[in-house]
Amino acid sequence: MKTKHQHSLPGPADIHRFQTLNGITILSRSNFNSPSVVISGYLPAGSLFDSDGQLGLADFTAMTLTRGSLTRDFQGIHNALESCGANLGMSAGTHTASFSGRCLAEDLPLLLDLLSESLRQPSFDSAQVEKLRAQLLTGLSIRAQDTGEMASLSFDQILFAGHPYSRPEDGYPATIKSITRQDLKDFHQLHYGPTGLVISIVGAIKPEDAVAQVQRVLADWENPFQPELPLLPVFTPLKKRKTQRVHIPGKSQSDLVMGSSGPKRLDPEFLPASLGNSVLGQFGMMGRIGDVVREKSGLAYYAYSSLNAGIGPGSWEVSAGVNPTNVRKAIDLIKGEITSFVTNGVSPDELADSQANFIGRLPLSLESNAGVAGALLNIERYDLGLDYYLHYPDLVRGVTPLDVLAAARKYLDPEKLAIAIAGP
Amino acid sequence: MAGAIIKTKLNNGLSVLLKEIHTAPLISSWIWYRVGSKDEPTGLTGISHWVEHMQFKGTPTYPSVILDKSISREGGMWNAFTYLDWTTFLETLPADKIDLALSLEADRMVNSLYEPGEVASERTVIISEREGSENEPLFKLNEAIQSTAFTVHPYHHEVIGDMADLHSITRDNLYEHYHSYYTPNNAVLALAGDFNSKAMLERIRTLYESIPAGEAPARLNRPEPPVRGEHRLSIEGPGETTYLQIAYRFPAAADPDLFPFMVLDSLLSGPSNPSAFSGGGISNKTSRLYRALVDKDLAVGVSGSGQVTIDPFLYATTITVHPKSNPDDSLLAFDAEIKRLQDEFIPESDILRAIKQARAIFAYGTENITYQAAWLGFSEMFADYKWFESYLEKLAEVTPGDIQRVAQTWLLPQKRLVGTYLPDGKVSE
Repeated sequence: MKTKHQHSLPGPADIHRFQTLNGITILSRSNFNSPSVVISGYLPAGSLFDSDGQLGLADFTAMTLTRGSLTRDFQGIHNALESCGANLGMSAGTHTASFSGRCLAEDLPLLLDLLSESLRQPSFDSAQVEKLRAQLLTGLSIRAQDTGEMASLSFDQILFAGHPYSRPEDGYPATIKSITRQDLKDFHQLHYGPTGLVISIVGAIKPEDAVAQVQRVLADWENPFQPELPLLPVFTPLKKRKTQRVHIPGKSQSDLVMGSSGPKRLDPEFLPASLGNSVLGQFGMMGRIGDVVREKSGLAYYAYSSLNAGIGPGSWEVSAGVNPTNVRKAIDLIKGEITSFVTNGVSPDELADSQANFIGRLPLSLESNAGVAGALLNIERYDLGLDYYLHYPDLVRGVTPLDVLAAARKYLDPEKLAIAIAGP
Repeated sequence: MAGAIIKTKLNNGLSVLLKEIHTAPLISSWIWYRVGSKDEPTGLTGISHWVEHMQFKGTPTYPSVILDKSISREGGMWNAFTYLDWTTFLETLPADKIDLALSLEADRMVNSLYEPGEVASERTVIISEREGSENEPLFKLNEAIQSTAFTVHPYHHEVIGDMADLHSITRDNLYEHYHSYYTPNNAVLALAGDFNSKAMLERIRTLYESIPAGEAPARLNRPEPPVRGEHRLSIEGPGETTYLQIAYRFPAAADPDLFPFMVLDSLLSGPSNPSAFSGGGISNKTSRLYRALVDKDLAVGVSGSGQVTIDPFLYATTITVHPKSNPDDSLLAFDAEIKRLQDEFIPESDILRAIKQARAIFAYGTENITYQAAWLGFSEMFADYKWFESYLEKLAEVTPGDIQRVAQTWLLPQKRLVGTYLPDGKVSE
């Protein structure tokens, strides 16, 4: 006998949305199947505010916040967290700084206390700043040795040349070295505040209790100086193919990333491009790209495409890890698939497969508290409406092969690809 | 009936475990085979992992192109993993589609084709997988430590296998390995999710009970002799970062010392998840090693864990050395913490803390039907599902005296390996 799960997809009936007087948006949904709770959120304090000379400042600031507050030092914060098996982390992306944490429901008041202390009263302890700096610099040394990360970084540099999206949020060794403790304090003082802060709380808690608990720690927070996010400059796509190589000696595999710009999240081409991308390099064992590069040619363990869509211009890219002697061959095969994709589009059967996948995977992607918390933030960030997931299947079904072809042709041009290769 | 676990064995020896969970319209199905890298002699290293790959290459009923797409079309997730002791294949699907997974797994238990062309293209895919791993300094260090730690036992080699064997293993080797180990009597099928156990068991009988049992598969019996003295090794490679790894023996799953060791690990380097499949861990910034190494600017990171295995494997601590420090100073600080565990009783409160951490880790895992199904079968690989059910109780029985004894018995310098990754300092351009 089947059990009914009428409420397995989040919707207006079970998503609670509340705005505090000081500008915080709280989203909550209950799940009493497990005694745990996830919190997740963001505020407008991303690397768009970083100067080129201090790239990484937003991220460095976010990561310093959990390393000591006016009431607890580093060990005090982490002893409180780890003693109850909880987590709390912060980092910054391009547009926003984000935080996430999880705990047993009984420990949510503690987790929110720690979140509030970190956001509002960080101490910027000098010793902790220096420890973190050493960790960040080591992380950047490791990044410089990672063929996948360096190919991806290089791809963004080519594709988004002159645009803030060309810059890595975690900066470069020279910029991280140049940031002072005072810079971190100033960044925090200016950019951290309740305006634009969104927090999602999902798990074994009633929404009204979630709201009350957030209000308890954040309702009296004020920062009248928080600036608006800077406007993005106009983005100009590549006019011809551009290739960049990063030489990393001593490696046995090269990574390559190639592609073009993609739609913004709210562009009408987003969903057709997503479904097209699934056919191109996701569906089954990594779509057509996986079939040609991995299954038929045996060239790579991984070869897939991805569509990254956000507030500004997105990217549509194919990634593969191949033996250094096979780079040329892999590029040609991938270029061939992109050419076929923009020439012939997708067949009705292929599209139907990916449509079924997009709809069918919803319950799985929204199973965990973290999955739901992410979905709620997605709704808020792009103003999709609380009923978005309820009518999502209809949106997916409404896409036609012609829509996919039009989206593919708008963004992908095999003669104007950005190609980045990192390897020996 | 939600919550209770049903365990039974079919006439052909296939073990079946079922746990009803009606929280979401999903079912997760895992089939586990008792075969892994420990069943591989020299010359055939990596063959279990390669067989796992070949199982995605199709049967007459489900040719690879269909196989590829059928799970995705239903919105499902599937994957497979090979480890030291086991190989597992999983599918999580909307509840009304699970029959696809059950039929597919029953079919590929016996009917996989292993076409020569597919073997050839998969050979280069796996070589590429290994080359990708070789890009990582820690893969190289782990491999050096593991091969030095085990001179007789087949835990000697990495699961992916030695490059020489990846070039020489034949289609017939693969097919024979498949037929020897992929039998119902060498497998465990575990499902969790939104089903009725009685009806599910009937369906499983229909699909699986006609598969004939195989002969008990061959096992290598090559126990590792006792360790006689500390081994030190160093390897060199690209980069700017120095890593230090210290590896002791870790108790086998059936060894009662495992539970005190898990508490000790929680204290020393932060809590490890007892399952290989979990819903996320806990940071280790208050662990003794973090405080002794990272807080003191000797390291920028430290992690440690032991895996639950049939035979004793390794308890390895990996230290990312601070750019302004050196591995010798890290080792001195590490040794001081080991000595502290050997000399002093830990407070009872640290045991309670480890239990609370484990409780949180379990709670995070229960958000997810896939992880719950994983626990059922995983524990059957070395004990039975009750191992997980009683895990917290077993931790609660640990005393400070047990921890001290474990530290004094297992964490001796003459029973360890110390490995260093020394970077050549060359940087990318």
